[in-house]
Amino acid sequence: MSDQHPSPSFAHRHLLGISELSEQEIVYLLDQAEKAVEISRQNDKKRATLRGRTQINLFFEASTRTQASFELAGKRLGADVMNMSIGNSSVKKGETLIDTAMTLNAMRPDILILRHQSAGAAALLAQKVDCALINAGDGAHEHPTQALLDALTIRRARGRIARLVVAICGDILHSRVARSNILLLNALGARVRVVAPSTLLPAGIQDMGVEVFHSMAEGLHDADVVMMLRLQRERMDGGFVPTVREYFRFFGLDSETLKAARPDALVMHPGPMNRGVEIASEVADSPQSVIAEQVEMGVAVRMAVMETLLLQQGVNAAS
Amino acid sequence: MTTARPRLLQDLTVVDPSRGMNGPGDILIIDGLIAASGPDAGRNGVPDSTEISNCRGLTAIPGLIDGRVFIGEPGLEYRETIASASRAAAAGGVTSMIMMPDTEPVIDDIALVEFVLKTARDEALVHVHPAAALTKGLAGRDMAEIGLLREAGAVAFTNGRKAIADNLLLRRAMTYARDFNALVALETQDAHLAAHGVMNEGLYASWLGLPGIPREAEIIPLERDLRLAALTGVNYHAAKISVAQSADAIRAAKAHGHAVSCGVSINHLTLNENDIGAYRTFFRLSPPLRDENDRRAMVRALADGTIDIIVSSHDPQDVDTKRLPFADAADGAVGLETLLASALRLYHSGDVSLPRLVEALSTRPAQLFGLEGGTLKAGAPADIVLVDIDMPWILRKDALVSRSKNTAFEDARFSGKVIETMIAGRTIFAHTP
Repeated sequence: MSDQHPSPSFAHRHLLGISELSEQEIVYLLDQAEKAVEISRQNDKKRATLRGRTQINLFFEASTRTQASFELAGKRLGADVMNMSIGNSSVKKGETLIDTAMTLNAMRPDILILRHQSAGAAALLAQKVDCALINAGDGAHEHPTQALLDALTIRRARGRIARLVVAICGDILHSRVARSNILLLNALGARVRVVAPSTLLPAGIQDMGVEVFHSMAEGLHDADVVMMLRLQRERMDGGFVPTVREYFRFFGLDSETLKAARPDALVMHPGPMNRGVEIASEVADSPQSVIAEQVEMGVAVRMAVMETLLLQQGVNAAS
Repeated sequence: MTTARPRLLQDLTVVDPSRGMNGPGDILIIDGLIAASGPDAGRNGVPDSTEISNCRGLTAIPGLIDGRVFIGEPGLEYRETIASASRAAAAGGVTSMIMMPDTEPVIDDIALVEFVLKTARDEALVHVHPAAALTKGLAGRDMAEIGLLREAGAVAFTNGRKAIADNLLLRRAMTYARDFNALVALETQDAHLAAHGVMNEGLYASWLGLPGIPREAEIIPLERDLRLAALTGVNYHAAKISVAQSADAIRAAKAHGHAVSCGVSINHLTLNENDIGAYRTFFRLSPPLRDENDRRAMVRALADGTIDIIVSSHDPQDVDTKRLPFADAADGAVGLETLLASALRLYHSGDVSLPRLVEALSTRPAQLFGLEGGTLKAGAPADIVLVDIDMPWILRKDALVSRSKNTAFEDARFSGKVIETMIAGRTIFAHTP
């Protein structure tokens, strides 16, 4: 995928969020990811680009699929991958985030993938470690590789992002996926809508570059893309929404609700899905659903990001 | 069901605040609807079969819409059923009741809303509109299914007789309710500050040796609610205020343009703490009866429009909850049958005009709860009350239709009597001299 020359248009040591990327940098990563898709579709998926490099996946929040995606991406590029998750780390014994990171840093990894429940955790660690760092989700702040893989999925299906109407539906308040997507889709010229009960919208949402709707019928009207978000179980019992039954009735996506969108609208979900809560199986498994493609694009995007950062790192070290 | 024949009510005084009408006129009813009302209603000819009723001396007003009625069905039918409450309502000129969810079980589920609507359809003389619980079980912890309940027919959301303690929950419930354009109607009495109080805090309670409820127990939650209502933009209704400063707070919120309204119970417009006398438990109410200054402030706030609606706060209690020492008795008094008669005291005293009273008893609640009625204009359902504004009468407890007899107006002298109550032109109550 790479011609071994880092792009002059991508000069970041870490990937902490979409907010720090320019439109050109986003497009560059998407273009690189296109090449990675081709690699992953060959019988021989192994490259030597990152041979000898060490990748540590540091996951303070359990996330089977994101961790697996990063692991696979690293392995396909030839890196040595180590997984550390909260369950078997010393954080449970009282060690702070920074102490853990400094310990790992002393092991001289080349790239650190961090998932943490606190917003800003990635930015904090980035100041402390010597290696590249990818934010794989920090609280309700950002999840940049998810937004990139969503964009790649949309671009491959529709040929462009600009001027598409994208409706992001569900728990916007707690969603890093929503924030990263709002930033990225706006950067590439899409028209972004959010659809949710007001209890699941952050303050100031109307000034975040989106149109706000409280009704699926209105929010999905003529949409090109319907992006559903997961609603955590603990938020459906009266705190933010009354019940699962009511949530699905007013904010769930079924084939009837989907009719408001364009007939060829893409249905997306970052996973894992709550079938019958935010999305009906008939829609999740329909031809309009690109949920499986999103997973495939996830590996490709992560390969592209890691390679871009590490080749950049090589240039920095040499210069 | 409608009257088979058209009917002309002739030679009335027509009071219709929805059109600013207060003067002589007629009302023509055809097919359960008001075909015409006002000075010219009978002059343009009527169908041949029309029944003509001479109503000289009577006043026609739109049927009363009582925004706060507690009923014992389901669960406590020995106190009151939907059917018995509806008969009491008809006798009092009330054609629509907003039924509170404080039943057993609590009305916090669409199946219970449907039960109320079905029971009302089958058994009630008047319209019954359920209010649903804002939080599950009225417990103040988890919000109820506001969207589904509203679709099922709940016209308002309320949370029983105490203020919600949890500010975060209240904020979220208001935020969520706003999306569904739901009316959140709350009583504002702080359970902790009211503690074990049983009447207005002050000298009188102290002499009686009864624990008091300070005015601040009402004002603090009310001011909190008003701030959260402004923050969330919800359609907020303070259900029963009793204190002068509460009216001031509502007045200020309205002046700021917030979507707030408030109600007052008829008891707090016409009675004060001195009526408790020698521990008379029928005067134990929530909020408690305040002093005469507060009562007068309520009347002024009603007259100037700060208070939107008058409710009966009809609350049937039986001997098991009332024939007890004052401090051990339950709160509440029945009021459907006396609502209009006691309200007319304010008219006869010159404190509040008749159109303003009718507006607060009918026109405004129709707007607040989004109901038909509250008007006598052509095309509206013929939910009409004929009143003899000056007829003197004395309320005898045994003559009450309500299944429970805990009235605060036992042996009270009234001027003004409901002569006939109509729903869709059909007579559901007629006074028998």
